[in-house]
Amino acid sequence: MASKADRPELIIKGKRLDGRAFNELRPIKIEAGVLKNAAGSARLEWGDNRVLAAVFGPIECQPKHTSDPAKAVIKCKYSMAPFSSIGEHGRTGPNRRAIEISKVTKEAFENVVFLNEYPGSEIDIFIEVLQSDGGTRCAGITAAAVAMANAGIHMKDVMYAVSAGKVGNEMLLDFNMIEDNYSDSDMPMAISPKDNSVLLLQMDGNNSKEELKKGMEMVLEAGKKISKIQRDALLEVYRKAEANAEKGV
Amino acid sequence: MEPMDEVKTYYIKELLARGKREDNRGMFDFRQIRIKRGVIQHAEGSAQVELGGTVVLAGVKLQIEEPMEDTPKQGNLMVAAELLPLAHADFESGPPSPESIELSRVVDRGIRAAECIDLESLFIEEGKAWTAFIDLYILNHDGNLLDASSIAAMAAIMDTKMPRYDAEKKVADYTVKTEPLKVKNIVVSTTFGKVGSTIVLDTNMHEENSMDTRLTIETDGKAVRAIQKGLHGSFSVKEIESLVDVAFNKYNEVKSILEH
Repeated sequence: MASKADRPELIIKGKRLDGRAFNELRPIKIEAGVLKNAAGSARLEWGDNRVLAAVFGPIECQPKHTSDPAKAVIKCKYSMAPFSSIGEHGRTGPNRRAIEISKVTKEAFENVVFLNEYPGSEIDIFIEVLQSDGGTRCAGITAAAVAMANAGIHMKDVMYAVSAGKVGNEMLLDFNMIEDNYSDSDMPMAISPKDNSVLLLQMDGNNSKEELKKGMEMVLEAGKKISKIQRDALLEVYRKAEANAEKGV
Repeated sequence: MEPMDEVKTYYIKELLARGKREDNRGMFDFRQIRIKRGVIQHAEGSAQVELGGTVVLAGVKLQIEEPMEDTPKQGNLMVAAELLPLAHADFESGPPSPESIELSRVVDRGIRAAECIDLESLFIEEGKAWTAFIDLYILNHDGNLLDASSIAAMAAIMDTKMPRYDAEKKVADYTVKTEPLKVKNIVVSTTFGKVGSTIVLDTNMHEENSMDTRLTIETDGKAVRAIQKGLHGSFSVKEIESLVDVAFNKYNEVKSILEH
């Protein structure tokens, strides 16, 4: 986190630097079924974030000692491309941050997948951040949920993720990179929209209980929009297939 | 899971559903917390913490390094956790597991977000600053490593004395340690386990084997400084809000043990 002393003005006349209102999402675009070899996949644009998510499986769990005879095992790898950030070349291979994000993402998906329908198997989730601009773990989870549904994995729900956080005295939705760098707090959340249960929650910084409450309300409100974009992306796959069938392609 | 563990899990779930805990604690009671300070003479600060049967040894070493590029006038903080094979049959030697990385990062996040260590006081001169290495050694695992580790880290930080900086030779002089490390704030971690629909504070090993999810809330008494949800289960927004209240209520209890 950069020093707050040299923080640029992030809010000017009630608007954020990119012109957004406090509770406004960046533009989100999702396309499902973009990778031929994966069982399911999604390409996501979220502001300047560019994320690819792919799901392989269910396949036989390897190595054998990691398998569970009673249910499927979910394996998740979140990774940032070395060229994804402004500035220096990133290091290749998983760092400690990526390992933690992979872990909490995997745990969120364990909640929604009907694991006992796939005993002894593994389901792999790969999240590749190709360009990062703040909020990549949320973008990755939102994309991975679409990829999971696109793969036909049986799930209770299609989750979404987005973060809220504090700048000065204001709670803002969906930080971009510069807001993220100079924020007073950040709280990424993944939600199951069916009952608004919280599947992933992290936070650091400085928040009162009221601020946390406001942040969570913002996340749930924005979730309605994200869920719709996810649903449309999944439906679009079938619309295309239908159109192609009519054309006889 | 061993068959005996499954029996135990069933027993724990039955008990909690009736509002009882294996060791007769209240739902939001910590096990007994014991702190021994200064247990490692060679470390700049150290503390061994027992939280019930869980034992964590934290050591602080200070070392001169180049400041981080984005904070040239500050020292640095590094937290690492070792789930030692001697602490539990499930812990294996090898590279850090995702569990140990999460543990150290959540402890780090609380200390960093609450600005417990005055990192500016660790700056020495252009291109030189102290890095505080906090290493968490898990010696026995009986549940709730997160809170035990956070208390151990905090106690070790409060026990730390700075080595002298030899300005002539431009090196650390570890033979002279007098000034205490500048501690600006105290952060307290409270970790809740949810078994079925029952939520309890400070899970022991049996409760931990039975729980679906956990939530760690770290406060400094005034504000929430860090949160981490773990495992496959879920929480409602209402539950999270009420646990934030419990976390604030627990702050003074742990803080007074840390200050004792």
